[in-house]
Amino acid sequence: MTVAGEMRQYQVVGRKAGTDENPNPEAYRMIIFAPNPTTAKSKFWYFMRQFRKMKKTTGEILDCVEITEKNSRTVKNYGIWLRYDSRSGTHNMYREYRDLKLTGAISQLYDEMAGRHRTRPRSIQIIRTATVAAKDLKRPNGAQFAQAKVKFPLPHRVDSAKRGQKALSDRTFSTVRPTTFFG
Amino acid sequence: MGFSRYVEVGRVVLISYGPEAGKLATVIDIVDQNKCLVEGPEEITGVSRQVVPFRRIALTDLTVKIQRNARAKQLKAAWKEADTLAKWEGSSWAKKLAAKNKRASLSDFDRFKVMVAKQQKSRIIAKKMKELKA
Repeated sequence: MTVAGEMRQYQVVGRKAGTDENPNPEAYRMIIFAPNPTTAKSKFWYFMRQFRKMKKTTGEILDCVEITEKNSRTVKNYGIWLRYDSRSGTHNMYREYRDLKLTGAISQLYDEMAGRHRTRPRSIQIIRTATVAAKDLKRPNGAQFAQAKVKFPLPHRVDSAKRGQKALSDRTFSTVRPTTFFG
Repeated sequence: MGFSRYVEVGRVVLISYGPEAGKLATVIDIVDQNKCLVEGPEEITGVSRQVVPFRRIALTDLTVKIQRNARAKQLKAAWKEADTLAKWEGSSWAKKLAAKNKRASLSDFDRFKVMVAKQQKSRIIAKKMKELKA
């Protein structure tokens, strides 16, 4: 699975296709994070065949809809429980992110897992997600930005590379010393 | 030299890079160590509510009194009450920016007119200086 672009949240409902003996098999509903509905349905069958004796060739998808965030105008704390395969074994993990949308937090998660643990998207399984109140946050980094009064300066601002402009450290020559203090 | 400009709720910032470059915005909430949620107010500065990284903003001396996660209406009222736009336009930073933009938008003939005006100005100054020295 690729996680290029923004992740989306889908509700996928599926079941075994009806037969003469059992015309109405039990349907299962799953919340899946995926970049597009095709991948979401594929993930649904991946998880489904691990839980129940079901597979895509003998099953059917009843519903696949995108779930959008109701309130994407305030920053929320998201707690995410996940399971991932590292090079040496499988681990459970809990991580917290602050974002406007749950899908944004999930994107951050995939990026951070790749950066910190070299984990590929295919070896991450999201177990559970929740919005967490500021007082219930477990990780100190997120908690310090979730406080009522947050205030900090931006010290030593070094010009980063932008379109049409090299990073300060990459410039070979300069006639002036750079300014890094902006109050 | 201590710090006087902080990332905090209500801080007015100038967006320096990206599609909103050159516009003012207000910090509504702090997301994490790299980014914050800002909003214009949209009716005054044209910046809609969005998350921007600190790398793309420059902090100004101005703040407005708003609560965290303030709505557009409250933010607009706070700007109106504090007369923030006028304060910003009165600052030398804003004046320099305006002059820079003005110069960049001049046509070839406009630049010629500036040159002529400058010559006339220095002629007057030189004449006066001569009189004073005599």
